[in-house]
Amino acid sequence: MLNVPTLAKLQAEGKKPNVVFWVGCAGSFDDRAKKITKAFVKILNQTGTSFAVLGAEETCTGDPAKRAGNEFLFQMQALQNITTLNSYDVTKIVTTCPHCFNTLKNEYPELGGNYNVMHHTQFLKQLLKEETLTIEGGKFKGKRITFHDPCYLGRANNVYEAPRELIQKLDAELVEMKSCKSKGLCCGAGGAQMFKDAEAGDKEVNIERTEEALKTKPDIIAAACPFCNTMMTDGIKNKAQEGNTQVMDVAELIATANDL
Amino acid sequence: MIEYLPNILFFILLLTSSCLFFRNLNRIRRNIFLGKDLDRNDQRSLRWKNMIRVALGQSKMVSRPIAGTLHVIVYVGFILINIELLEIILDGLTGKHRLFAPYLGSIYSFLIAVFEVLAFLVLVAVFFFWTRRNVLKIKRFLKDEMKGWPKLDADIILYFEVVLMLLFLSMNATDSILQDLDPTNYIKAGSFPISQFIAPLFEGISIENLRILERSFWWIHISGIFIFMNYLYYSKHLHILLAFPNTFYANLNSKGKFKVDVNIKNEVQSMMDPSFLIPEGKNTVPDKFGASDVFDLNWVQLMNAYSCTECGRCTSVCPANITGKKLSPRKIMMDTRDRLEEVGENLNSNKGVFKLDQKQLLNDYVSPEELWACTSCNACVEACPIEIDPLSIIMDMRQYLVMEQSAAPAELNSMMGNIENNGAPWPFSNQDRLQWADE
Ligand code: SF4
Ligand code: SF4
Repeated sequence: MLNVPTLAKLQAEGKKPNVVFWVGCAGSFDDRAKKITKAFVKILNQTGTSFAVLGAEETCTGDPAKRAGNEFLFQMQALQNITTLNSYDVTKIVTTCPHCFNTLKNEYPELGGNYNVMHHTQFLKQLLKEETLTIEGGKFKGKRITFHDPCYLGRANNVYEAPRELIQKLDAELVEMKSCKSKGLCCGAGGAQMFKDAEAGDKEVNIERTEEALKTKPDIIAAACPFCNTMMTDGIKNKAQEGNTQVMDVAELIATANDL
Repeated sequence: MIEYLPNILFFILLLTSSCLFFRNLNRIRRNIFLGKDLDRNDQRSLRWKNMIRVALGQSKMVSRPIAGTLHVIVYVGFILINIELLEIILDGLTGKHRLFAPYLGSIYSFLIAVFEVLAFLVLVAVFFFWTRRNVLKIKRFLKDEMKGWPKLDADIILYFEVVLMLLFLSMNATDSILQDLDPTNYIKAGSFPISQFIAPLFEGISIENLRILERSFWWIHISGIFIFMNYLYYSKHLHILLAFPNTFYANLNSKGKFKVDVNIKNEVQSMMDPSFLIPEGKNTVPDKFGASDVFDLNWVQLMNAYSCTECGRCTSVCPANITGKKLSPRKIMMDTRDRLEEVGENLNSNKGVFKLDQKQLLNDYVSPEELWACTSCNACVEACPIEIDPLSIIMDMRQYLVMEQSAAPAELNSMMGNIENNGAPWPFSNQDRLQWADE
């Protein structure tokens, strides 16, 4: 049974969590992404991390609206969220979505929302460093894992090492794709593309990226974004490689390794 | 009097080409400042460092080792040979040949030798560049937006370099022979590790003819340089100047941070909460959201357009372009410059007042189809060797499409409708946000 307190509940009990877990729309509603959410919560529970979620008080950060060009709608969402977060005196946020991460971290301050925002891979790395979290290597021993850099984590915010350091703890073999880190190729979902059909062309972006990933002959494609995860999973299906290659979030890898 | 004729001629040539050059620079400056204000004067020491690293140090060029190394050679050659240019200009003005030689002694010989070796290396690099464009036909040089003038422009520059370097070496070759034959007019100075191999071509020619040859090379060389200087304005080669301010004023924030329009915050707040009163004088909603023409972009974006080298590194890593979509970030920059040039011409021919021309950047140059193909992945921004930001222009134009024209693709409209009504891009009830915890 997951232990997922809401901020409202904790406040009613006169308590305050150390960190707010921003679940995000994909993490809340998308079936595949919900698994990532749960895997991350399992780790939070296992490590005894004091956290809370906003639950029904959370609403879209406004990222897809902003990338689609709708600054008004973005600010409406942002101001609403900032009002909520500030009313709870939130100072620290962790999120499993690089898009939420980027927006909360970079685009909320000017509108009055100043928080210490972390991506879950950075957060987990910190838990590891503090020795609150240990990762059992056994399960993935000898497996080939390639990491797909989410644009909004990598290039947008220069976080390249945290997810890799976590993967390396799995005793697996980390193999890099031809374009990785600052040169990583997009999965095709960013900039609100997730919500529309692609323009005419000769290929889908996720297929291009999946082909690149498959060239490393991976057992697992590790992702760190629910949207990348969807795109790469679709790519793997398209290539009929479900039998050979799995797409997993870094949080899922760790939860699996630790038998959670 | 007649003996000063060459000096006078040279002076006139120097003056005319400099005037033209500065007139053009001024026009570029004027055009760039047609753009909106943007304060990029913060963190100056970081900006200096960035400029020194990226523009002077070419740090981003070498991420592609072959092209990068070749470029560094041409670039170093260009800068150092310019030192020699100073002597050549003084020669033209005073009529005194190899003016610096007596002061520099053996250092002078060393310098001339270095210039010659560089000139040779430049020739080699240019040969490879030309091959890459015309024989190997590397894909990024041959995209649609490169057809016609841009392709020719790139080749012209290479031919220019070849001619200038050959003239420089021939000048030295004839000069070195004359140093032996005509020591009163040609002082003994310099060493000629490369041009010594051309010198045999000029053996056996009479002193008079050699002098004519030497002077001709000299004149054609310096005229070539003046022409080159004024050709820049019409060429992608403006980057040799603009790369510097362009990197100095580059964005220093995280690439994921897009411009937040704080001016509309009050308006948004009053929309959300009717009891919120906008403070007096604080209602600063702009007349127009986003960009449909160059006037709506900021001056850094316009400077970006003039600085673009049309190298296509951005386009070659663009996920949309790689998968065959119309979007090419390089084309966005080239279109912006073309439109800005068109506006500039309009200003020139109408005494500095813009005459409406029923055209704009959007639709007449950049189509919505291109804009909507962008994943905002920042690969183009990362790849650009001089830190141009095509993505910011794409986003500003999207903002115009959505906020001024309500012209988003239908699926995006329903996504935005969902956010507005349910607080998520999908049609789920916000009350169900925590359901996953119980599943
Ligand atoms: S940000 Fe847009 S234009 Fe730039 S590389 Fe990515 S998809 Fe292409
Ligand atoms: S924007 Fe930068 S990378 Fe793209 S063509 Fe111009 S100079 Fe090259």
